[in-house]
Amino acid sequence: MTPELLAARRIVRRGQVLTLLGLLAAAGVYALALLYTPVEVRQGPAQKIFYIHAPAAWGALVAFAVVGLVSILYLWLKDERLDLFAASSAEVGIAFSLVMLTTGPIWGKTVWGTWWTWDARLTLTLFLFFLFVGYLALRAAVQDHGERARFSAVVGIMGLVLVPFIHLSVYLFRTLHPQPVLLKPSAPSMPPEMLRALLSGMAAFTLLYIGFVVLRYGLARLDNLREGAGDAL
Amino acid sequence: MTEPAETPLLSARGLVRAFGALQVLRGIDLDVRAGEMLAVAGPNGAGKTTLLRILAGLMRPSRGQVRIRGEQLTRHDPAPRRAIGLLSHHTFLYDDLTPSENLRFTARLYHLPDPEAATRAALEEVGLSARADTPVRHLSRGLLQRAAIARALLHQPDILLLDEPFTGLDAPAADRFRALLSSQLDRGRALVLVSHHLAEAWELATHVAVLAGGHWALEGRRPDDLAAFHGRYAELVHG
Amino acid sequence: MAEFLRIAWVIAAKDIRLELRSRTALLSAIVFSALVLVVFNFARDPTAIAAVDLAPSVLWVTFAFGAVIALNRAFYVERENAALDGILLAPVPRSALYVGKLLANLAFVGVVEAVALPLFVLFFNVGIGHALGGILGVTALATLGFVAVGTIFSAMVVRTRFAELMLPVLLLPFMVPPLVGAVQVTAKLLAGRPLSEMMGWLRLLTLYDIGFVTLCILIFPAVVDE
Repeated sequence: MTPELLAARRIVRRGQVLTLLGLLAAAGVYALALLYTPVEVRQGPAQKIFYIHAPAAWGALVAFAVVGLVSILYLWLKDERLDLFAASSAEVGIAFSLVMLTTGPIWGKTVWGTWWTWDARLTLTLFLFFLFVGYLALRAAVQDHGERARFSAVVGIMGLVLVPFIHLSVYLFRTLHPQPVLLKPSAPSMPPEMLRALLSGMAAFTLLYIGFVVLRYGLARLDNLREGAGDAL
Repeated sequence: MTEPAETPLLSARGLVRAFGALQVLRGIDLDVRAGEMLAVAGPNGAGKTTLLRILAGLMRPSRGQVRIRGEQLTRHDPAPRRAIGLLSHHTFLYDDLTPSENLRFTARLYHLPDPEAATRAALEEVGLSARADTPVRHLSRGLLQRAAIARALLHQPDILLLDEPFTGLDAPAADRFRALLSSQLDRGRALVLVSHHLAEAWELATHVAVLAGGHWALEGRRPDDLAAFHGRYAELVHG
Repeated sequence: MAEFLRIAWVIAAKDIRLELRSRTALLSAIVFSALVLVVFNFARDPTAIAAVDLAPSVLWVTFAFGAVIALNRAFYVERENAALDGILLAPVPRSALYVGKLLANLAFVGVVEAVALPLFVLFFNVGIGHALGGILGVTALATLGFVAVGTIFSAMVVRTRFAELMLPVLLLPFMVPPLVGAVQVTAKLLAGRPLSEMMGWLRLLTLYDIGFVTLCILIFPAVVDE
């Protein structure tokens, strides 16, 4: 057994442990949210979905920033492991943004009476989702490993620059088209119990993100070693 | 090996190139001086084209460096590329342009002082003047190869890299091409040719090397006996 | 710098000559834009929505679709016979190659827009005379931004399978800020609103152009250098 293989297996094991811890933490936070945080006066129990919705959005944003920053490092150092790490982060990011995009309308329908609204955060996450899809679709369409890594790093960095422009566009668009929003997704004055639940939810999802990415990265390393072994035959 | 002390036109040290987990080149050194031709043989997939692309500056080595007249080939300074000509199995020609349009474009890329004259001279040299204004897509295979040669030699490169240049040439065309390579050597150019069999270029080569497993399995001055070399080659590559 | 621009121009001039010779991509993009305009006309209820209300979005969606079609060709010509390698072999700064391609693409997309704009006026019966200068200006501003991004993406997708599908999937999210900005500014120009109301969008468009043209010039070598 080669040292690379051992290292990859160790990463996978570490990822499994971290994922498990993240899942436990998320479950704990949710129990806390259901049992101990007060029921929001106007939104009722539907507001509880917020404790998944907002941390998932946070996870997607972290995943996206990691893709962009690791892409910069890749173009600088040209280390294939950085490319695999960025790709792993994008895959996890697509899952998180999907969670955010599905819980958003469920919450929105009960609270606002509409499935979708072009709220700045919802819109931004939708674009993160599109960018993740483009990034991964491009990866799937390029065969050569080096080329795949360079191209996806370029898209990752361009995406990082695009996000502020998207945000600015939505902001300008909304200030010009005031929307009949009855309730803001997060009330300006949040009871301390809610805030605490939200923050621990974000911590739990950050841990979950790390667990998923490490696990996915370890598996990508194993995949690569298997491919390398196949080529050598 | 004792060689003259002058700086080689083309030299490479410790070239390594990996594609993912797969190492294609594992440390290649070479020196080619004016008037010398290095012929590189190796089985398919041995990394001959990769080596040539690295020498041409089209691909970056994972480790190691290429020097042109002692000056390192980097991505930041395009100037040393001027000394390199590459004849690949692709023609680098635009199908919708004529040979003379293609060559004029190339001449302008290289900033030659008189693109018109350079184009006319290069087409003359390969005997393509009569078809200078026929779009490339209507040229026959043999004429295409001539146009590709004219394009590769247009800027009078001191170093000429050749990737399987005899593929698809009939016997008279191969003879003409050998004469052309010979005149390049007489003019003090340095040539590197890669091929899976060296018979066609054997007489011209001053040095030969065998690329196998990412290393030089054999490297040095060309021996006189081609048949003996073939025996040795078979042993190295298949044995 | 002069040498950089000279090379960029040599490459752009070659692309324009090639396109004038074959004309396929340019003509397809123009016909496609005309078709988009026709489809838009029949996709609205003329008794409910006045053409002028819809006009800015129609115009810009048409420009965007036409541009995507035109951009697909940009590096396609470099793929035949590995012509791109021929350029990379020469003592050419990689970013000069990018700028050359960008210039050629701006010319193509500009031609598509120059044909689509009068067709739009004709089909939708919208008077733009009073705002023509402004519309041309905002068109130039928005087009530069998304063509800069589209040029770098077209260099990548040409090396993939399904290039024609991949370009819109990658490029459309990047087209949103310039497109939204251009639509908003065009609407205000047509309505004869004062410049101060458009400043926010014009700033966004300018910032986008500066940001992405700079980034693309810096990052393009990573696309072509193996």
